[in-house]
Amino acid sequence: MTTGERAVRLRPPNNTLDPRAVSWWRTQWLLLTAAPVAVLAVLGALIAPARFWLLLPAVVLAVLGAACAVLFPRWWYRTHRWEVTGEAVYIRTGVIRQEWRIAPMSRIQTVDTVRGPLEQLYRLASVTVTTASSKGALKIEGLDHELAAELAERLTRITQDTPGDAT
Amino acid sequence: MSEVADGTGSERLAPPAGTSDRDRTDPGAAAGAGWRQLDRRTVLVTALVSTGVAAGAAVPTTLGLAGRLGLAAAVAWVLTGALAMIGCGAGGDYIRWRRTRYRIGAERIELHTGLLLVKKRSLARERIRSVDLTAHPLLRILGLVTVRIGTGEHTGNEATLELDPVRRSEGERLRHELLTRAATGVPGTHREGELAALDPRWIRYAPVSFVTPALGGAAVGAVLQVSDWFGEQGQVLHWIGDRFRDTSLLMMAVILAVTATVAGVFGALGLWVEMWWSYRLEREPGGTLRIRRGLLTSRSVTIEERRLRGVDVVEPLGIRLFGAARVDAITTGLAKDDEEQHGDHNTLLPAAPRSVADAVAADALRETTAPTGAPLIPHPLAARGRRLRRAVLAVLAPVLILGVLGVLLTPVLLWVALGCAVVGLPVGVFLARDAYRGLGHALSGDYLVTRSGTVRRSTAALERAGVIGWTVRQSYFQRRAGLLSVTATTAAGAGAYTVHDAGTSEGLGFASEAVPGLLEPFLERTPPHA
Repeated sequence: MTTGERAVRLRPPNNTLDPRAVSWWRTQWLLLTAAPVAVLAVLGALIAPARFWLLLPAVVLAVLGAACAVLFPRWWYRTHRWEVTGEAVYIRTGVIRQEWRIAPMSRIQTVDTVRGPLEQLYRLASVTVTTASSKGALKIEGLDHELAAELAERLTRITQDTPGDAT
Repeated sequence: MSEVADGTGSERLAPPAGTSDRDRTDPGAAAGAGWRQLDRRTVLVTALVSTGVAAGAAVPTTLGLAGRLGLAAAVAWVLTGALAMIGCGAGGDYIRWRRTRYRIGAERIELHTGLLLVKKRSLARERIRSVDLTAHPLLRILGLVTVRIGTGEHTGNEATLELDPVRRSEGERLRHELLTRAATGVPGTHREGELAALDPRWIRYAPVSFVTPALGGAAVGAVLQVSDWFGEQGQVLHWIGDRFRDTSLLMMAVILAVTATVAGVFGALGLWVEMWWSYRLEREPGGTLRIRRGLLTSRSVTIEERRLRGVDVVEPLGIRLFGAARVDAITTGLAKDDEEQHGDHNTLLPAAPRSVADAVAADALRETTAPTGAPLIPHPLAARGRRLRRAVLAVLAPVLILGVLGVLLTPVLLWVALGCAVVGLPVGVFLARDAYRGLGHALSGDYLVTRSGTVRRSTAALERAGVIGWTVRQSYFQRRAGLLSVTATTAAGAGAYTVHDAGTSEGLGFASEAVPGLLEPFLERTPPHA
C-alpha cells in the first residue's frame, strides 16, 4: 500500500444513522424469514409423509434468519454512515463490499424522502439524492424521519441556489 | 403510440367537440397558423410496405391453403385478405396523416396526433439535443425522411418526437433550424468540414466482429425455420445426413461450422456495406458533429458539441487483433429509441485502424492529440492475480459440476469435463493476462482516461468537467489486496466510467486530482509507516 508517498484513504463520514434503524433492519430480516418458514411449517403440519423434509428446512431457515437478524443489523449500523457538507453529500454503505458515494451539491437534481410502512412504524425515513447520471443516486436509509425531512429541505434549498443545469 | 409521460411538457386530452370538428373539416385553417402536415405520400409508402408484407405472407399461406381448398380458391381467399390488409393499412395511415400536424414555434415545437384521443406533445426548443434523419429505401426513392427530435432525457421514449415522414428538404431545414445556436468553439481553431470519410479497406474488419458468428447462427436457424414452415425440416436434416454418410461425425461438424461461418462472413460484409456505405463525419459551423451513412437506409445523426463529454475508443477482441478500433461518442442527450438501441447510434467512426481512430477522437474533441492515446498508469500486480483467480474459477466451476455428474452418471461427461479444462484453462489464463495488461488510467489535459476489458476493451476519455460524482467500491478481497475501483458518474454516455482495481492510494489520488476539491475533504493521508 505504500506508494512512496503517504498512503491515502477515505475517512468515514461523520454521522451514523438513527439507532432505531437496527430494530428496523431486524424486523425486515424476521419478516423476510417468517414468510417461507410459516409456509413450510403449515405444509409440514398438514402433509404427514413429508413432514421431516418440510420441517427441517423450516428450522434451518428460521435459525439462519434469526442469526442474520442478530448479527447483520449491528454490523450495518457500524458501517453505514453519511455526511452533508456545504459542497457535497457523502455516504458509506456495505459491509463485505464497501461503497463510498460522493455527489457535489451543484450536480444534485432531485431529493426524495420515502417512508415505507415499516419505516413509519419506527419513525424512520430514507432520503434519495439523484444526479443527472443514471448511475449516481445516493440513498441514505434509516434516518430519523424529522431529521430526514429537515435534511431534504436543506438539500433542496442548497441545490436551488446553485446555478446550472446539473449536467 | 406509447403512453404520454410528463416532464417533456406533453399532455393527453380528449378533443373538445368544437375544435375537433373544425380540425377534421378544415386542415387549411390549421396550416395557416404555422401548422404543417407530414408529407402526403406517407399513404403511398404504407400501401407499398403493406403490399410487400402481404405478398410475403401470401406465399406460405397460399401453399398451406392450396392443399385443403384447391389452388384457385386459395388464391382468391388470400387475394381478398391481402387487399383488405393493404386497404386497412393505407386507410389507417391516411387518417393518421390527416390528423397529424406539427408546428415549430419560437419557444416550443408541438406535435398533435391521434384520431379519438388527440395526443398533444410539445418540446421546449432549448432542450432539443438531437435531430436525426433516417430514410429507408422506399422513402429515399420518394425523397422523404423520418425526423426524430430528441431531448435525450432519461425518461424513456417520451423525450423523442417523430415526424414520419417529411420531405428531405424539410427535414434538413428542421435539423438546421432546431440545432443552430451560437457556435461553441472558437472558429478557425480547429478543423471544420469533413473529419473522416469511409475508406473501403475498412471492410476487412467486418468479418472479425462479433456479428459474424451471430449471423452464422442466424443463418442456420433461418434454414431450419423456413423448412419447418413448409413441413420439410425432416427432409432437410435427412438430406444433410445423406451428404455426410461417408464422413466421420467430427468432419461433418467441422464442415457445417465452416459453412455457417462463411454464411456469417458474407452476412457481416453485407451488413457492413449497408450500415457504413458513404459514411462521413463532419463538423458543421453551428457547433455540431454530423454522421451520415447507409447504403439502402440512409441515416444522419447530429451531435451537439456542447453535449459531447468525451469519446470511448472501443476495441472488441476480434478487431483488436487486427489493430483496429471503433470510436463512440460519450454525449448527453442522444435520441433514445428502441429500434436504434443496438448501439450504433453514438458511433462516430466504425472499426478503422487505431491511428485513424485516435485522429478522429482528437478531432472530434478539438484536441491536438487524442486523450485516449495518452500513456496510462498500469495497475498493481494484485489486479492480475484477481483476474487469474476469477478466470480459473470460471473454468473450474463447470468442469467440477461436469466431473461430479460424470462420476455419478456416465464416464462420457468426465471426458467432456477434461476437454473443457484443457481448452478453457489456457484461454481463461490468456484472457485474464490480457485483461490485466489492458488496465490503466491517466489524466490527460481536460480528460480522465480509463481503460479496461479484454473481450470488449474500452478506452474512455471523459471530460473532467463532466464528472458529476464519485463512487468508490472495495470488496473484502480488494481490501486485502490493497485495491479499489473508482467510478466517475456522469450524465453522458453509459452514466458511469470505472477505473477497475487501482491501487488504493493511487486510485483515490487520481479521483481527487481529476476533479479538484470534490474528494479532497473526505481523504485522510497517513505516513506510509505510521
